[in-house]
Amino acid sequence: MDGGRAMTAASLHDDAPRAAHGMRTGTSTAGPAPKRIIIAYGFWLFLLSDIVMFSALFATYAVVAKATAGGPTGAELFDPTNVAVETALLLFSSFSCGMMSLAMEARHRTAFHSAAAVTFLLGLGFLVLEMREFAGMIAQGATPQRSAFLSGFFTLVGCHGAHVAVGLLWLVVMVAQVADKGWRTTVLHRLMCFSLFWHALDIIWVALFTIVYLMGGR
Amino acid sequence: MFGKLSWSAIPINEPIDMIASGLMILAVLGVLAWVTVKGHWPYLWKEWLTSVDHKRIGVMYVVLALVMLLRGFTDAVMMRIQQSISVGPDSGYLPPEHYNQIFSAHGTIMIFFMAMPFIIGLMNFAVPLQLGIRDVAFPTLNSVSLWLTASGILLTNLSLVIGEFARTGWLAYPPLSELKYSPGVGVDYYLWALQISGVGTLLSGINLATTILKMRAPGMGYMRMPVFCWTSLASNLLIIAAFPVLTATFAMLLLDRYLGMHFFTADGDGNPMMYINLIWVWGHPEVYILILPCFGVFSEVVSTFSGKPLFGYRSMVAATMAICILSFIVWLHHFFTMGAGANVNGFFGVMTMIIAVPTGVKVYNWLFTLYGGRVRFQVPILWSVGFMVTFVIGGMTGVLLAVPPADFVLHNSLFLIAHFHNVIIGGVVFGVLAGYTYWFPKAFGFTLDEGWGKVSFWCWFVGFYLAFMPLYYLGMLGMTRRLQHYDDPSWQPWLIVAAVGVALILAGILALIIQLIVSIRTRDRRRDVTGDPWNGRTLEWSTPSPPPAWNFAILPHVEREDAYWQVKRRTREERVAAAKALVYEAIHMPVNSPTGFITAFFAVVTGFALIWHIWWMVALGLAGALATTLIFAWRDESEFEIPAEAVAQADRTHQDAQWTGAAP
Repeated sequence: MDGGRAMTAASLHDDAPRAAHGMRTGTSTAGPAPKRIIIAYGFWLFLLSDIVMFSALFATYAVVAKATAGGPTGAELFDPTNVAVETALLLFSSFSCGMMSLAMEARHRTAFHSAAAVTFLLGLGFLVLEMREFAGMIAQGATPQRSAFLSGFFTLVGCHGAHVAVGLLWLVVMVAQVADKGWRTTVLHRLMCFSLFWHALDIIWVALFTIVYLMGGR
Repeated sequence: MFGKLSWSAIPINEPIDMIASGLMILAVLGVLAWVTVKGHWPYLWKEWLTSVDHKRIGVMYVVLALVMLLRGFTDAVMMRIQQSISVGPDSGYLPPEHYNQIFSAHGTIMIFFMAMPFIIGLMNFAVPLQLGIRDVAFPTLNSVSLWLTASGILLTNLSLVIGEFARTGWLAYPPLSELKYSPGVGVDYYLWALQISGVGTLLSGINLATTILKMRAPGMGYMRMPVFCWTSLASNLLIIAAFPVLTATFAMLLLDRYLGMHFFTADGDGNPMMYINLIWVWGHPEVYILILPCFGVFSEVVSTFSGKPLFGYRSMVAATMAICILSFIVWLHHFFTMGAGANVNGFFGVMTMIIAVPTGVKVYNWLFTLYGGRVRFQVPILWSVGFMVTFVIGGMTGVLLAVPPADFVLHNSLFLIAHFHNVIIGGVVFGVLAGYTYWFPKAFGFTLDEGWGKVSFWCWFVGFYLAFMPLYYLGMLGMTRRLQHYDDPSWQPWLIVAAVGVALILAGILALIIQLIVSIRTRDRRRDVTGDPWNGRTLEWSTPSPPPAWNFAILPHVEREDAYWQVKRRTREERVAAAKALVYEAIHMPVNSPTGFITAFFAVVTGFALIWHIWWMVALGLAGALATTLIFAWRDESEFEIPAEAVAQADRTHQDAQWTGAAP
């Protein structure tokens, strides 16, 4: 049954390299992955779940997009210039977030802090523009309570905005952690998760920009 | 200052409420007083409440589930008594608004706070042991998940004492659950309790899926994983894909209720059917989240107690993953009556029938595993065989309901109630009780009493048929669900039979309690010294019972399925040689952390404040949770070391026990 493999006897309690057993090595039999891989993988799963949550909001928005209850429509409310600037700010903040990761890899504090500051300012700029857009719409009477369409709009876009706000808070915490704890492993892992999070917000924004503003602006 | 909260929130004029909440408060105070008097607080705090050990977290999940089983079952008894008397001129003893709260609480508690914690508890306990590893991927997060679930449970039970619970059914359909028609705090209790515990469930799903996909012992390829790990993987993937939809759906209903939005309202161009679609996009995968791990338990039990490898391992894996995917394209069968049209209903009807195929594959695999086996009829196998018989009936009534024209007749009738209790009691409850009996000795080091276990099984089994078969018939007679009162006296005899059935199930639950007490008192006679009381096949049985914090002194090296069975087939000489070759090293384990418990405390504060519109307290709760997270993020010690000598000594003692305890 054991195929006459000489080393089988010791196998249950054997930590020796697999090569000694002549066993085919493959990733699925390689044993527990390194900590960094486990953390990144878990965080990817979290991001996927977050995207699923957004997809429920997208689906709802798609259903109620024309349900304006006689109120204003997207074409009347959306300002393409504002949205274009928002998009530019967010995409550039992703670029500076990438620079931040490179600075982290190089363990270069000054570069890291400046890239973090740029990312923060761009993200904050995005949020300010979004809040201005919301305030402008509410001032015209286009409130979330006006119609199902506006409930869907404010919730979907606002949920993304809330994610950006949480990201900014997280970024501040991470800068403080680097300043206080240095480049310790847990800090590096968290920075890796932060950059995954920040880039994922871009992906959601691209979908949002397309479905809400481009398709709804006509 | 206190939002909507005032003294009138305490239901002083409702005797049933007051007695129930009085008893509950007394029970809680009694337990707290006992712990204080006995001086158990330091032990409880250090070893359990702050524990990040997956086994202890699993045990605590199961304790929560068992307590909530009692709570949810009390609701069931009250409903059965009400329906057995409230015919014609007699309006029973429960007023309608109270009856509505009871059926809502019963469904909510049984699904979210009994079945879910039980399943997650079993997965938490058994999966890392079966995978041959020392802990889950994120131990502290695991503790956070547990305590967030406990927060949801606490909020739900708080509604009994302060305020009221939802009267809107276990899924709170709008527009009834909108502010206009449910202005009280009941729906808010429901929504916030489930939002908080839902976050816990999602985090737990991510944790366990990562564990299974990235942390198996060396050599344990996917096709060597125990089937319970496969079904757990499927269940956790479903959690990751389905629970965020529930969160989004509840969030939109909350926005309707708190900010006056119009997602699901009848006015403002809102769309109530959108809620019903979304909730079942979560809800149908949810039933597979519950049943798949139970299928895993049955697979382990049937194989172990037949003394044979599982028949058709690969087809079992394929069937599991097929169900995992198909479960997302059947949701509309919950509301064929929406009027989606013949083509849409036809599609979902056919998909629903197709999903019965992989389930059928599984049933045949279990039967063929039993066939030709040397079957030991101990308690876990009784639950398994009882499940096979019962679940097949439930499956067939499900396929009947999948036929849209039949569904139009049976929709919302007691036939539906009988169907889903048939699959949930016959499948999930029997499954978790089989798992509870099967893994109990591993968790505590002694077996449960067989005699009382058998009494419990037969009471549950017969009680189930008496309680629910009449409901199929009543459903076909036209009795709809959730009736507080009815006029047709010919229904009453069947409802009395159903009440007798529930009394029998009560006896089954009492037998479970007696079994636990008897087993604890006679534990010295029933010690599991070898760590392998059932002659098991998978790696958890190679550890001592209870396993040390680190589970495995040296990570096992897996070469095929049924990893431990292969080890047990070796000769004594081979084992001695293997033991001599062992080199022990120091093990690093995560330190305990109060983060989960404290976060959950602030979650309760926040949830309670949101329910009663006490805004300053909301800010306080959120700030507290944030501060807890930051303190955790700033900690310097995350692991402690167990010296190699301690590991070696514990492992050698266990190996001696394995050899002397196991007869050749």
